[in-house]
Amino acid sequence: MSPVLECKDLTKSYGSTLALDHLNLTFEPGRIIGLLGPNGSGKTTLLKLINGLLQPTSGQVYIDGKLPGPQTKALVSYLPDRTYLSDWMKVKEIFSFFKSFYADFDQTRAYDMLHSLDIDENARLKTLSKGNKEKVQLILVMARKARLYLLDEPIGGVDPAARDYILKTIINNYNEEATLLISTHLIQDVEQIFDEIIFLNKGKAVLQGAVDDIRSAKGMSIDALFREEFKC
Amino acid sequence: MYDFDSNRPIYIQLMDHIKMQIVAGAFSAGSKLASVRDLASDFGVNPNTMQRALSELEREDLLFAQRTSGRFVTADQQKIDGLRKQLATEYVQQLLETMKRMGYGKKDLLSLIQSIMEEM
Repeated sequence: MSPVLECKDLTKSYGSTLALDHLNLTFEPGRIIGLLGPNGSGKTTLLKLINGLLQPTSGQVYIDGKLPGPQTKALVSYLPDRTYLSDWMKVKEIFSFFKSFYADFDQTRAYDMLHSLDIDENARLKTLSKGNKEKVQLILVMARKARLYLLDEPIGGVDPAARDYILKTIINNYNEEATLLISTHLIQDVEQIFDEIIFLNKGKAVLQGAVDDIRSAKGMSIDALFREEFKC
Repeated sequence: MYDFDSNRPIYIQLMDHIKMQIVAGAFSAGSKLASVRDLASDFGVNPNTMQRALSELEREDLLFAQRTSGRFVTADQQKIDGLRKQLATEYVQQLLETMKRMGYGKKDLLSLIQSIMEEM
């Protein structure tokens, strides 16, 4: 079986700025991977390349052995760093919109999550708070049965109680054939749900490994290590 | 969600916690454990990490898996009593270490413990 995601010498430059620098990564199924790095390290660029929203300058990215395209979009569930939904829509309208778009969208599961988070399905997106908007978007993404979930800063704007719920939702909803790639700076809150982490700096993977191996070897948490590695 | 120490591997902390639950009888001898995913979700950890903790506990014979019906706490009460003694010993050793650093001798320590117990 081909890996869920493979990056081969993946490089992206914006003019003279090198956002990703010959990145080589391979992700097996059933893993939750933390993509960690300071601002401007290339995290969002990587996620956009995997989605086909950007084209690589050189190198390639493969999803389940295929180049990004319509076929891979059916396999990838992406939470972007900013919303693309129309804010006049009601939550329930967005759900049926998603249902018609993605064959793997499980509407029952989406409503379950919505009710657990106490959000009104008849509310229009623009009337929701920033945190509740984020929750709706995460529900949309996690209610799909995808092979690869790409979450760009999924918990930035939500309160700590909802954060716990969201982490539990992630743990409960991903399956053994799926891989989850989560980009975040809020490492302390999420490091216990990762199998592996990747430290990205200036477009290069500077550290990669299993969370507990790193904690044993360094005698500190991933959060503490990040603070040390990227001290300003 | 469970608060983890920042400097130790998570699976070892999960093992320690489950051992304590077994000794305290919260997970009683011979009882069935919840599924890996449910336990992982309760603790807010990665299912693979929980799996690793449970496998290690199986290797220490504190848990056993039955292929079709799930994972159980050992029914061997002697084994659990041994674990209780081991955890208690480690705890007292830590206490003694700290008291020594604070300059307590054997006699002072024993009389301190006695007076605290009398007040309780």
